[in-house]
Amino acid sequence: MLPIVLLSVSGIGLLFLGFQKSRTLLLPAALLFLLVALAANFYDWNKTYLYFNDMLRTDNLSMVFTAIVLGSAFLVIALSTRFIEDEEAQPAEYYGIIMFSLVGAIMMISFENLIMLFVGVETLSIAMYILTGSDKRNLRSNEAALKYFLMGAFTTGIMLFGMALLYGSTGSFTLEGIAASTVNPQQGLSLLLYVGLLMLLIGLLFKVSAAPFHFWTPDVYDGAPTIFTAFMSTVVKTAGFAALFKLLSISFGGVYTFWWTILAIITAITLVVGNVTAVYQNSFKRMMSYSSISHAGYLLIGLAALGAQTKQAIVFYSLAYSVATISAFGVLLLVAQQRSTQTLSSTGLANEGFDDFNGLARQNPLLGFAMAVSMLSLAGIPLTAGFWGKFYIFSTAVERGQIWLLVVAVLMSAVGIYYYFRVIIAMYFRDGATEPIRVSPVYRYILLAATILTLVLGIAPGLLQGLF
Amino acid sequence: MQPTQDVLIPDVIQQIPLTYYLILSTALFVIGIIGVLTRRNAIIIFMSIELMLNAVNLLLIAFSSYRSDSAGQVFVFFIMAVAAAEVSVGLAIIVMIYRNTRSIDVGLLNKLKW
Repeated sequence: MLPIVLLSVSGIGLLFLGFQKSRTLLLPAALLFLLVALAANFYDWNKTYLYFNDMLRTDNLSMVFTAIVLGSAFLVIALSTRFIEDEEAQPAEYYGIIMFSLVGAIMMISFENLIMLFVGVETLSIAMYILTGSDKRNLRSNEAALKYFLMGAFTTGIMLFGMALLYGSTGSFTLEGIAASTVNPQQGLSLLLYVGLLMLLIGLLFKVSAAPFHFWTPDVYDGAPTIFTAFMSTVVKTAGFAALFKLLSISFGGVYTFWWTILAIITAITLVVGNVTAVYQNSFKRMMSYSSISHAGYLLIGLAALGAQTKQAIVFYSLAYSVATISAFGVLLLVAQQRSTQTLSSTGLANEGFDDFNGLARQNPLLGFAMAVSMLSLAGIPLTAGFWGKFYIFSTAVERGQIWLLVVAVLMSAVGIYYYFRVIIAMYFRDGATEPIRVSPVYRYILLAATILTLVLGIAPGLLQGLF
Repeated sequence: MQPTQDVLIPDVIQQIPLTYYLILSTALFVIGIIGVLTRRNAIIIFMSIELMLNAVNLLLIAFSSYRSDSAGQVFVFFIMAVAAAEVSVGLAIIVMIYRNTRSIDVGLLNKLKW
């Protein structure tokens, strides 16, 4: 609960800091506020509390998810140094909105009542609509914002209708209240409850961009400013999966047999669509957005095979995915700014193709190494965190005996290796521009930290075990 | 569906069965969905989304008064407040698009493809 209060207050504080002429204070202040919130998050460690009329519950799991979300936000904000120099940008507003969106993410992680889930989802989404459209003069950013907004508001309506139906059939908005009326799986679910659950799931699956509700993802991730794409693909996804896990395990764990088939089919579609479409992309940024769809698919395996291992698997996977994604987008930011094989056209098409990475590893060994490690981690190669993430996720499916899902997942991760290695091949084996990219110290430290974290988790995955 | 506590529900509401409310709000909701899927003007799509949200509000109120439980009505207040926030952001985005393209036809937005 403390981080919610702290982040709300510091968001308003950052908006006031924006009145100052000088922008130098903004970035350190935002980072400091995040660190304070991260520290305050662990204040209740090993205790379980209910807050706000039993609408929020903080336990170790929710604190770990909150830490992942705040940590990702810290890394992303640290990479946003360009806003301070850019005349057009409004860093105070951006940082303020990021703080508010984190409040929404924490609500989604620790909700105990569907009202809180709705408010959290909307707080996060509305903030993301603004950030997506923050590049006001860029048509691509405008289009992405409008698409995201219209589709997001549409699925919010569907999600709310689902919640209303759940309320109608169970008479309660609390997770325990709903669980109490679904304990008896023999008599089946009433139609209202079943339709309500499906509509609520559609709303949440949209937010984590699972196919067939993924159509917004490539456009929005592609059109949004890269730094906010990094934020969206990590924070929104982690919070969404925390919410899905909590909802399904607490409220609907007793009626697992009724929903797992649907979720497993959605999982298989997501894996195939995400991975196969990513192969055909020429823009690195667009490839990353399809890759984020495919990672939503891997995370969904853990939910479709809900069991004792799921909790740990999802936490580990979202941590590994977030760190690798942020490091990849960090390198992309530098490359897109400083390499210009194609000039910035009137359509606002940026230099984000695979060709822009040609020969990167020769001029900038550090950038090449960071990118290579994050690609290997996303592809799930051993000695990186991504390998263990996939390992834990796959073992949940084995435990439930869902072998066909496992076969699909393994085949699709083999497809994934192809498009992740395209970047590595471009960096190490192709000739490109001769001029090295200037890397500021902040970038160097953040990329190094992300790379080291990926490798450490890949070598010693047990570090995270037993934490919660 | 039988009302749980007869005393607290006004007679007028009881004369209409709960199923009718369910059908009415489902119909409104479906009209909203059709509007979103078929119209090309961003403002009209937006209005259809508001229609969907208000169908949900109606349904929640009906369930809430038949169950004599205030939680549903509290939720409606939250939905109205959040919808207002969403409207302000949504209109701002539409105005931003209009300034750049002089149009709010969603069919013209095709810069981002595959």
